[in-house]
Amino acid sequence: MTSIQETISRLCPTATYEEGEILLVTVPDAQWHAVALALRDKLHFDTLAALFGVDRKETMGCMYYLNNSETNEMVSVRVDCPDRDDALLHSVADVWHVANFQEREAYDFYGIRFINHPDMRRMFLRNDWVGYPLRKDYDANPELNPIRLTDEEHEDDTFSIVEAADGTLHRIDGKVFAPDDYVVNIGPQHPSTHGVMRYRTAIDGETIKKVDVVSGYIHRGIEKLCEGMTYPQTLFFTDRMDYMSAHQNRHALCMCIEKALGIEVPRRAQVIRVMMDELMRISSHLLSYGCTTMDMGATTAFFYGFREREEILKIFEKTCGARMSLHYNVIGGVAKDLHPDFVEDVKRFCAAMPKHLKEYHKLYTGNVIAVGRMKGIGVLTKEDAISYAVTGPSGRASGVHCDCRKAHPYSIYNELDFNEVVDDNASGDSFMRYYLRLKEIEESVKILEQLVDNIPEGDICAKVPKIIKLPAGHWYQQVEASRGTFGVYIESDGGKNPLRMHFQSPCFNLVGVMDTCCRNYLIADLITIGATLDFVIPDIDR
Amino acid sequence: MKYEDFKDNETLEQMVAELNASGTNVVVGKLDDLINWGRANSLWPFCFGTSCCAIEFMCLGAARYDMARFGFEVARNSPRQADYIMVQGTIVHRMAPVLRRLYEQLAEPKYVIACGACAVSGGPFKNSYCVLPGVDKILPVDVYLPGCPPRPEAMFYALMQLQRKIKVEKFFGGANRKEKRREFFEQHPEMAGAI
Amino acid sequence: MFDFSIATKWLHELLLSWMPGWAVTTVECLLIGVALLAVYALLALFYIFYERKLCAWFQCRLGPNRVGPWGLLQVFADMFKILIKELIPIKGTDKFLFGLAPYLVIIASMLVFACLPWGNGLQLVDFNVGLFFMTAASSIGVLGILLAGWASNSKYTLIGAMRSGAQMISYELSIGLAMLTMVVMTGTMSVSGIVNAQADGWLIFKGHLPACIAFVIYLIAATAETNRGPFDLPEAEHELTAGYHTEYSGIHFGFFYLAEYLNLFIVSGIASLLFLGGWMPLHIPGWDGFNAVMDYIPSVVWFLGKAFFVSFIIIWFKWSFPRLRIDQMLTLEWKYLMPIGLFNLVLMTLVVMTGFHF
Repeated sequence: MTSIQETISRLCPTATYEEGEILLVTVPDAQWHAVALALRDKLHFDTLAALFGVDRKETMGCMYYLNNSETNEMVSVRVDCPDRDDALLHSVADVWHVANFQEREAYDFYGIRFINHPDMRRMFLRNDWVGYPLRKDYDANPELNPIRLTDEEHEDDTFSIVEAADGTLHRIDGKVFAPDDYVVNIGPQHPSTHGVMRYRTAIDGETIKKVDVVSGYIHRGIEKLCEGMTYPQTLFFTDRMDYMSAHQNRHALCMCIEKALGIEVPRRAQVIRVMMDELMRISSHLLSYGCTTMDMGATTAFFYGFREREEILKIFEKTCGARMSLHYNVIGGVAKDLHPDFVEDVKRFCAAMPKHLKEYHKLYTGNVIAVGRMKGIGVLTKEDAISYAVTGPSGRASGVHCDCRKAHPYSIYNELDFNEVVDDNASGDSFMRYYLRLKEIEESVKILEQLVDNIPEGDICAKVPKIIKLPAGHWYQQVEASRGTFGVYIESDGGKNPLRMHFQSPCFNLVGVMDTCCRNYLIADLITIGATLDFVIPDIDR
Repeated sequence: MKYEDFKDNETLEQMVAELNASGTNVVVGKLDDLINWGRANSLWPFCFGTSCCAIEFMCLGAARYDMARFGFEVARNSPRQADYIMVQGTIVHRMAPVLRRLYEQLAEPKYVIACGACAVSGGPFKNSYCVLPGVDKILPVDVYLPGCPPRPEAMFYALMQLQRKIKVEKFFGGANRKEKRREFFEQHPEMAGAI
Repeated sequence: MFDFSIATKWLHELLLSWMPGWAVTTVECLLIGVALLAVYALLALFYIFYERKLCAWFQCRLGPNRVGPWGLLQVFADMFKILIKELIPIKGTDKFLFGLAPYLVIIASMLVFACLPWGNGLQLVDFNVGLFFMTAASSIGVLGILLAGWASNSKYTLIGAMRSGAQMISYELSIGLAMLTMVVMTGTMSVSGIVNAQADGWLIFKGHLPACIAFVIYLIAATAETNRGPFDLPEAEHELTAGYHTEYSGIHFGFFYLAEYLNLFIVSGIASLLFLGGWMPLHIPGWDGFNAVMDYIPSVVWFLGKAFFVSFIIIWFKWSFPRLRIDQMLTLEWKYLMPIGLFNLVLMTLVVMTGFHF
């Protein structure tokens, strides 16, 4: 830790430090870019795990969470805007590629413009939106932003703010596409964008020259809604972001609140949570298998994937009472005890799964057309994967050891025997991404088999105060969701409602690599790449 | 399913009473029945899923529920060839014009099912700054299907209700879909302006 | 075996006794036209049902079973609906070509349909270059698809049409070569001639190795020719929403839909004509009792049965294989199928020259 402080102090003597679970460094904006470079190059903090704006009424700024991809050490940085009304910060999009989209999000929510950012458009909201919704002084008058049924104009326009050598700032207007680009619009309503993602794709013949990701077609303002709710109420939304990792997301938020309250979760609840997480992961990967195959035209394989997924849903249904929005984890434990059939059902499922996996491989993995369409397509190099903070099976296909269950063990994962499924050759192509998901199902089954006979007796929920008030402070918690590292940030001012609640979704980073991955491949490959990256759109847009 | 087992039979009966108020020609009536039989049994969905409900819709098509039994499985990806649009998921401000345009692109006769709490009323996101409080703000909705997300069985129920509704409609004269739509936009002039 | 020409001759003479020759021709043309249309529509509907049930079976589902007994009326309901669905006029399209395209597609498939040998003596058109006519007529279909893509004035349809053009023109070569191989074997291009040449054994058995190779090439190329999976790039639901017919609604779309299924029947019919003996029953030399029993099965049943069998294989392909990418599709044709087809033609010629066939 001292070495971080020494390095930063040398560059920026005014920086302040706050020890905690994760070291917090407060850096003034003027030195931030230099500090960022030093953090990346000298201290090997090469992954920007999270970037988001925070409005603390008097001050407004950004929080950065950095991760060292080798030692998995983390550090957080706080940078405040010098002027709240004319909010400007220095961009770090050239230091970590992932910051490109994240800073656009911060601009969209808080109106913070980033100096030297190449493409300062709104991320989620219409470009004619008035105001910045997450600012505390946002005017929510619906007359300012009525339901507009007109198309967005000027969607090709962008601007950037460039700092000249003498420190003066200039605004430069530009266009996203060149005038003679042949732009095909894929989405927002398109069968294989897995929801309402929109790609504006410049093509030459069938070859893709550039992909412009337009997001926000399902942006529901969850983070803003959370600020007006009590903590147990906020749990509600986690199941609706990445609905394919409902348990894991909720697990993350519960853990974050439990950490803040200092609640010890009973052992039985811990085991149940982990088992549910792994079941959810399997169901998510099965869906991903089904959708990948269907997007590539092999419809039958889709039905086979869904057949097994239904078995998991049956298990969920018996215990949680729902198929998808499960609402099972609560602060302090889980909501209900397990159904008496649970153990037997899981055992039966675990016994059957290896056989089904073999069937999947026979049906699809070995198919010559499928291999030809996936091998070597959409290659994401290890460097890019780290810089774009791609996690989950997609990151591991590029050879990054990013499994949060191993890197930052939480709950009871450090007691379990399972392997992190990583492709050490870092092939990073679509085939590996697809294949690793099926491999990961095997590991999840292994975890389930270890736990299913060892569910301890005891309470399912710890004692929790009736009215939950978090002490003033901030907490960050990560879990391994089905698609990558899902992070929750809570900042509290001591009240019943959070001051800021941020969900760092893995899919947002995944969609950020679409342009890098798709260039110089064909239109059909865009579908393959999108399917194997496997993002869930409501998780991106939140 | 038996007639009595359906809910909200009153609306349907009222609709029939209104339609039959002026009486019908026998030949035309029989033709109408035939056409309605065709329409009701050949509802091709237009895939329009924005969030969780879309996954349940996929389950509806998968082996356990198998909507192919009713002939609903011919999901078309082009709005011009589909019969109904099942709005699955939250509609936000950015999506509203797109949804509206897709609706306009559907060929007549077209039907709308608002599927899930979000599409019915905005659901849990009703208070958000950019969520539409129900798709009926921009489209005429035929069937409301609550649930978050609705179970596949509920989706079947909604589709069967839609079938019942279609079966009492009239193709020759009377109140067909086109008029219903015009009425809707007359009642909501602010929505009719665009497109 | 019942010869249908007896029935047709009887009808012809019956009409001739009532009216002059020119009127007879007119009436007969009309009758044939109506019969053709009816059979065409019924077969298309049957095929839609057949495929829906089959794919349900592959996918552990039930398939349509609510409308009518076993869901038999499902396709009729679909047809009623599609007939009265709105035809949307679209801004910015070439109205004439836009309207023309679906008719071209359906006319092309009908022309080929008319040439198929249905049974003993049951054939509408039979002339000495029947097979040649079939390939020529079926090529009109691609024109319809290209027009549909072009006239719709949409980027998706245009990409679909471009793909379709590249695909159908390429695979036409392989189909032609496979057919030519069999023509070398029989020595005639007349449809009835080819069928009659198989009275003592189907060509796939008589021509052994080269015939089998030609059969496989034909099956692959025919799947491509009908734009069905894994060669459904022009439609490519998950890439181009609905490909070249994205902008078509109502009955215009219905034409594309029907033609797709009918083309499936046609290529299966041609496959059974060229390789599986057309309407000829299965005869095994020496087994006279068995042959006699086989002769009792009507020739129409033989022909349809064979066609349905070949269609079954093609449908099986479609539902299990992923879609090819455009470069894979072209590689398969130009680097594999065509050279093999050419080589196979030479092989067949050698086999025929040396008399090394059954």
